[in-house]
Amino acid sequence: MKILVPIKRVVDYNVKVRPKADESGVDLNNVKMAINPFCEIAVEEAVRLKEAGSATEIIAVTVGAENAQEQLRTALALGADRAILVETDLEVEPLGISKVLKAIVEKESPNLIVMGKQAIDGDNNQTGQMLAALMNYPQATFASELKIEGEKAVVTREVDGGLQTISINLPAVVTSDLRLNEPRYASLPNIMKAKQKPLEIIKSDDLGVDLNPRISTLKVSPPPEREAGIIVESVDQLVEKLKNEAKVIS
Amino acid sequence: MTALVIAEHDNNELKVSTQNTISAASKLDGDIHVLVAGSECNSVAEEAASCEGVTKVLYVDSNEYENFLAENIANLIKNVSDDYSSILAPATTNGKNYMPRVAALLDVAQISDISSVESEDTFQRPIYAGNCIATVQSSDSKKVITVRTTAFDAAAKGSNSAEILKLEEVNDAGISEFIKEELAKSDRPELTAAEVVISGGRGMQNGDNFTLLEGIADKLGAAIGASRAAVDSGFVPNDYQVGQTGKIVAPNLYIAVGISGAIQHLAGMKDSKVIVAINKDEDAPIFQVADYGLVADLFTALPEMESKI
Repeated sequence: MKILVPIKRVVDYNVKVRPKADESGVDLNNVKMAINPFCEIAVEEAVRLKEAGSATEIIAVTVGAENAQEQLRTALALGADRAILVETDLEVEPLGISKVLKAIVEKESPNLIVMGKQAIDGDNNQTGQMLAALMNYPQATFASELKIEGEKAVVTREVDGGLQTISINLPAVVTSDLRLNEPRYASLPNIMKAKQKPLEIIKSDDLGVDLNPRISTLKVSPPPEREAGIIVESVDQLVEKLKNEAKVIS
Repeated sequence: MTALVIAEHDNNELKVSTQNTISAASKLDGDIHVLVAGSECNSVAEEAASCEGVTKVLYVDSNEYENFLAENIANLIKNVSDDYSSILAPATTNGKNYMPRVAALLDVAQISDISSVESEDTFQRPIYAGNCIATVQSSDSKKVITVRTTAFDAAAKGSNSAEILKLEEVNDAGISEFIKEELAKSDRPELTAAEVVISGGRGMQNGDNFTLLEGIADKLGAAIGASRAAVDSGFVPNDYQVGQTGKIVAPNLYIAVGISGAIQHLAGMKDSKVIVAINKDEDAPIFQVADYGLVADLFTALPEMESKI
């Protein structure tokens, strides 16, 4: 079984980003970049399937600028076998990315696509579902458990009320939630080995996919500030404030 | 110009998130229709028809919609979408699951998790865990939108009786199958709709200690939530999680107990009206967003608080 793992380069999750002063966008100067945490979980899941003998090859793919190779190398160090960068300098929306991924899926014919449920920059939570739609594949989003059973995958999903388990025909798209697994750290030897693994670069223009944006960002502003609060000295004072000042309890 | 709102329900009851979404749709000029798709959910269709602002309910009743499998629901929505200029669903796990599929089938971009409607084609939405608010304009002729429910008041229910149009639309894609659901049973209010939420974090130390929150929750009629750390540690199930990728809450009162306040958690609760933080670490970032902070050991503060409210 061949697994495709689409990943994304994003701002590191520890960075608190701010809008630019002129509100034209997000200030990303000199901020630390990393593989999106949910994508890392997806790579880990694919590696575990390979270690368990269910998968034979793992291909990591990303759509982005030249520097996104760094995150592909991370995926290779975690255990992916080879990588594909679909290179573009455009800021591609989820719909465009899913069209690129469709072209890659048609080229590589994976049996399973595992990817993060959302990227922590745009917080869109769209690409996996869109790819599934374009391929007419079933989807299992927000997965916390994934089992391969013959020609099907049985997936437990984190839903608002608790957990839901569904069975989907392969090929399919599965998107990872936080508790699917705990990703390993890449070891130094594996980081070194990753540098030798194949990384193919495809120009997005060569795929003949429409990447024109449908949405334009008019401005990016800071969220409303909360006014600074106070530190109370005791539970008594807290209860008194909640009753008489905030009037949120009676 | 007509908007189609996709109803969130459990085949028995309409969820409040539907009413929040109707309210968002009312900011767009034009009629509002609601699609109720499910199995033996006639009462849900009637509830939807009673919501203020709704002019028509499309009601589709068939087995293959019972569990809201994305493949079936998305095909259905696509098939009924012709006459609509916008399609809106609440940004619940259901809405997040099927709506991007609908968008791709229609070849339009989705606008996720809107927190404000600026005009017919312009919306605000939080990005980067709510650290930035983007104002975005869509050039698609049909808008596919998910709605941050806490940003819109619920449309009133019971005052209206819109026409209910029953459709026969069968869409069994046949590629996915529901197996089972393990849903939490609780007499407490729903986390995303509660007036008061009390949440525990890593500082709770284990799941048993969440009983300390229950006593207070009982007295305040509160829902109980948790940080990612508490869920990852297995203290409580996943449906408790408040945060960037969990549930978004905005109650009148949010009490954070033993929660340090990572940006991912703040993203899920910082629109609450009043925030209380109880933490023994006075440097915890949660105090920066709290209206009232109490630096104390939660194991003594919680029983005392329970006895005094």
